[in-house]
Amino acid sequence: MLELFTSLFLLIGGVFALIGSIGLARLPDLFTRLHGPTKATTLGVGGILIASMLHFGGQGNGLSVHELLVTLFLFTTAPVSAYLVARTMLHLSGKSVDTGTGRQGISDKETS
Amino acid sequence: MLTIAMPIAFGCITLALLLNFWRLVRGPSRADRILALDTMYINTVALLVLYGIHQNSTVYFEAALLIALMGFVGTVALCKYLLRGDIIE
Amino acid sequence: MNRWLPQPLLSLCLWLVWLLLANSAAPGQILLGGMLAVALPLGTKRFWPDRPHVRRPLRLLVYFSVLLWDIVVANLTVARLILGPVRRLRPAFIRLPLDLTDEFAIVVLAHTLSLTPGTVSADLSIDRRTLLIHVLDLDDEAMLIARMKQRYEVPLKEIFAC
Repeated sequence: MLELFTSLFLLIGGVFALIGSIGLARLPDLFTRLHGPTKATTLGVGGILIASMLHFGGQGNGLSVHELLVTLFLFTTAPVSAYLVARTMLHLSGKSVDTGTGRQGISDKETS
Repeated sequence: MLTIAMPIAFGCITLALLLNFWRLVRGPSRADRILALDTMYINTVALLVLYGIHQNSTVYFEAALLIALMGFVGTVALCKYLLRGDIIE
Repeated sequence: MNRWLPQPLLSLCLWLVWLLLANSAAPGQILLGGMLAVALPLGTKRFWPDRPHVRRPLRLLVYFSVLLWDIVVANLTVARLILGPVRRLRPAFIRLPLDLTDEFAIVVLAHTLSLTPGTVSADLSIDRRTLLIHVLDLDDEAMLIARMKQRYEVPLKEIFAC
């Protein structure tokens, strides 16, 4: 029974991590790519960490909770990195909070 | 059950890392490359934890935690460098 | 109380993190963690410019459970959008006018928005009154803003008393 749940969480985690990376590779412009890694990949790692908790917790050496720490850490840092990367993109494309709104988005052009 | 799920999960994470690497090489902007690196770090954490389950050992957990920390600090440093031209002002 | 525990919430977090890191609840670890939880905030007191005024810690717990659920929903939404046809996406930037004044509350709000469906907070205006948000698939701007305000900003306003 426990093995079933472990496998399930492993699969969920792996698939979500993959979806996040597909988003990173596939989506058309700079800012849409931010969405994949910040959400899907974080939950993917969360799923695998839950699987690890179940796996090591089920071996009779008491509860294994330190995986929670990595999950918490990733959940707090992922938005920070996303925010910083977004700021960097805005900075590189020369826009700020006052000009960069609306549906037109921001183009992919950048002098690198 | 676990013997079926494990290779699939390994495959997913490996494929994810390859996709990240593709984005890292291709760009087109520097911010994209930073994002790709950041995602690679997170996927590496997943890969290490997965390997820990595979080897039935908790030793890899500390490594995963450290990579998560280093990845975050690295991303912040790179972004800050591009934003301000300096890391510690 | 205030002399030895300048920041009770930070101390509690440190203590829990220590126990998680040690992965045990042995008396020695509890004691050592407790000592660190008292010593670290005292030692770093001068580096904290202003402590967050959390008025209702229990409401914070409720908020986090709502958030956890929303994160799962967010992932399903984003997964569907990523795997669906890319041409149909309507990415856009929107501006969210803030009612919050407390810095820490704004940080929590920005974090929340980054982790929930289809939105990533991208920038904060200099006067701290507007948050620039990128939306992956914008349907109705006014409705989205109203939903974000009602679901996250109102509870945060109550929790942080500002």
